Amino acid sequence: MSTHPILLRGGRIVDPSQNLDEVRDLLLADGNIVGSDREIAPPDGTEIIDVSGLVVTPGLIDVHVHLREPGGEHKETIATGAMAAVAGGFTSVCAMPNTDPPIDDPAAVGFVLAAGIRAGTARVYPVGTISVGMKGERLSEVGELVEAGAVAITDDGRPVTDSGLMRVALEYARTFDIPVASHCEVLSLSRGGSMNEGLVSTRLGLAGIPTIAEDVMVARDLLLAEYTGGRIHIQHVSTKRSVELIREAKARGVRVTAEATPHHFTLTDEAVEGYNTNAKMNPPLRSAADRDAVREGVADGTLDTIATDHAPHHYDEKEQPFDQAPFGIVGLETALGLAITELVEKKVITLNQLVERMSCAPARAFNLPGGTLKPGTPADVTVFDPNAVWTVDPNRFYSLSRNTPFAGWQLRGRAVLTIVGGRIVWRGDDAR
Amino acid sequence: MPGSTYLGKDLIGLEHLDAAQINAILDTAEPFKEISERTIKKVPVLRGKTIVNLFFEPSTRTRISFEFAEKRLSADTVNIASAGSSVQKGEGLVDTARNLEAMRIDMVVIRHSASGAAQFLAERIPSNVINAGDGRHEHPTQALLDLLTIRDQLGRIEGVRVCIVGDILHSRVARSNIWGLTRLGAEVAVCGPRTLIPPEIEALGVQVFPHVEDAIQWADVLNVLRLQLERMETGYIPSLREYNRVFGVTRARIERAPRDLLILHPGPMNRGVEIDSDVADGPHSVILQQVTNGVAVRMAVLYLLAGGAPETAETAKRGVAQ
Repeated sequence: MSTHPILLRGGRIVDPSQNLDEVRDLLLADGNIVGSDREIAPPDGTEIIDVSGLVVTPGLIDVHVHLREPGGEHKETIATGAMAAVAGGFTSVCAMPNTDPPIDDPAAVGFVLAAGIRAGTARVYPVGTISVGMKGERLSEVGELVEAGAVAITDDGRPVTDSGLMRVALEYARTFDIPVASHCEVLSLSRGGSMNEGLVSTRLGLAGIPTIAEDVMVARDLLLAEYTGGRIHIQHVSTKRSVELIREAKARGVRVTAEATPHHFTLTDEAVEGYNTNAKMNPPLRSAADRDAVREGVADGTLDTIATDHAPHHYDEKEQPFDQAPFGIVGLETALGLAITELVEKKVITLNQLVERMSCAPARAFNLPGGTLKPGTPADVTVFDPNAVWTVDPNRFYSLSRNTPFAGWQLRGRAVLTIVGGRIVWRGDDAR
Repeated sequence: MPGSTYLGKDLIGLEHLDAAQINAILDTAEPFKEISERTIKKVPVLRGKTIVNLFFEPSTRTRISFEFAEKRLSADTVNIASAGSSVQKGEGLVDTARNLEAMRIDMVVIRHSASGAAQFLAERIPSNVINAGDGRHEHPTQALLDLLTIRDQLGRIEGVRVCIVGDILHSRVARSNIWGLTRLGAEVAVCGPRTLIPPEIEALGVQVFPHVEDAIQWADVLNVLRLQLERMETGYIPSLREYNRVFGVTRARIERAPRDLLILHPGPMNRGVEIDSDVADGPHSVILQQVTNGVAVRMAVLYLLAGGAPETAETAKRGVAQ
């Protein structure tokens, strides 16, 4: 698809990959970044967009989303999920493989890739399974998955209980230099729990998921990564102890990257009060001490990546007694606002660090193009208004699902322009 | 919306009731006790009201107790058990409730295995909802009948030391008792294997006794909970035999109590597991009085939620217009 050149005029360009934070023009042409400068004279036929007062960054990347296709199209499709992504300012997403059937062979990887291209909005990168059928028994044909376009492997949602399999996965994946992403949960410790184990679960009479269910497997996976030299990516870190374990492992030189989700750095298990099924996810919302530790982890880079774990579920599925409702909440359309409101506004991180955690680091962790505005790289750009105040209205989501605990929240910061490969795929209400 | 100026629309739990509300229920239960002692056990208090007993979990005692309470107050009642109903065909709780609602009912008594199910229902239908036990969360009428029994026996609740013994983790009876007792000024403790004591329970204002002998030294009242067989199967305790050895309320242990102990049990009992027969049937046991009080307490709750006032309960019994 041919695109005309675009000049983003007068925005504050924040690009940690070039140590850049100043007001500049940015020129895009032929799907790539041409360059940035104080003032750029646009070539003929350029669309000039005034972005003064706005922030221009490398396109945001979410390495952890569930797009539900194939098999769960009543919750989300690749097209609706990709649209929700660009509306939230994301130019790339990594689709988890726990679909039905799971993404465990090259044909399935190809299906996700093709559906993503057909959708024509965000770039959709498939993630393959660690094990065949996500059964936790036999290693998937990782080489073929990678050849078909998978950027990582994970059995997300079904933790790899067999330590021997995890060792093999980490070792084998080294050949392809891809990360092994891990949902860390010892099932025999979480044993049917539906929320954090603590005072709130005691009061509500809900079975608890203790923090050690996560910590024990984080420790195991870090040790396995250290031993094998493989790349481990710890998903959705929710506990204080896990943050500490990852911090220690990074200091020892273990090849580990790790995620923080907006809900884990924002909420505590008190959000479950009243049996709110939109506050039910796995790992669960934890105590204030855990939440604060996640924030500190984001601040010091222990948790290098902000990812949403976007997990759409149909209204009817959440409209049930708490322990019967499925785990998960949507996140693509609230992540940027929450990160600005909860982290930047509260001075936990700077705007530069936000871009690092939401674009540069995820690109590095999953070997993705992007995460930079360097000349010659693909023109994936997010423009957001860091001061726009808006109210979360799930009825206006592009996602097919509405399961968010943030309905009615007033957030600061919102994407106004999302550009993928030099093409404008999202123009928000506030775009000029 | 029908409801009570004393309790609101529903009775979901005791956590959100204050002492005055709990006392109002207990006081209202007093005049209702006598109805069950009559030859003709029926008064026209709830004549014309339709009540559905919606039991998604097996229950004998609680279901029958509610049914007696409803019938003795002249309500029309329908019992729905999950087996053999549309529930078994996969109908969700919401649809079951809305269908009942469409048949114009006044109250629903619900028993469900999911914590929060009663509140879930109450938020979705205009009828009064009474929680007859939701998962591990609350079983308010059981706690109310326990409170009434303690008050009958000891003349007060304030300052009384009550220890709940057994599987606290999975017990809705324990939670409702903790709320009710602490609201009314009792001292509350729990005792059981650490695997069956929920985390941070002390924050609810109770102390924890690791040894049942120490609990017996301390308490005026023991409320002994049923130990489910499945707790052994899922590995919380090694065996029922060992449970009886370590935590069983036995005559030998009771005899070492420094004062007369009152023994409560919400039933059904596992004789020889959490409680020995010579304690259950002994002089300090008020287990059957609990059952009797259960009917009166449930009458009181039904009456109040239907809009009755505690002070007019006596006249209401005689069929005088409310």
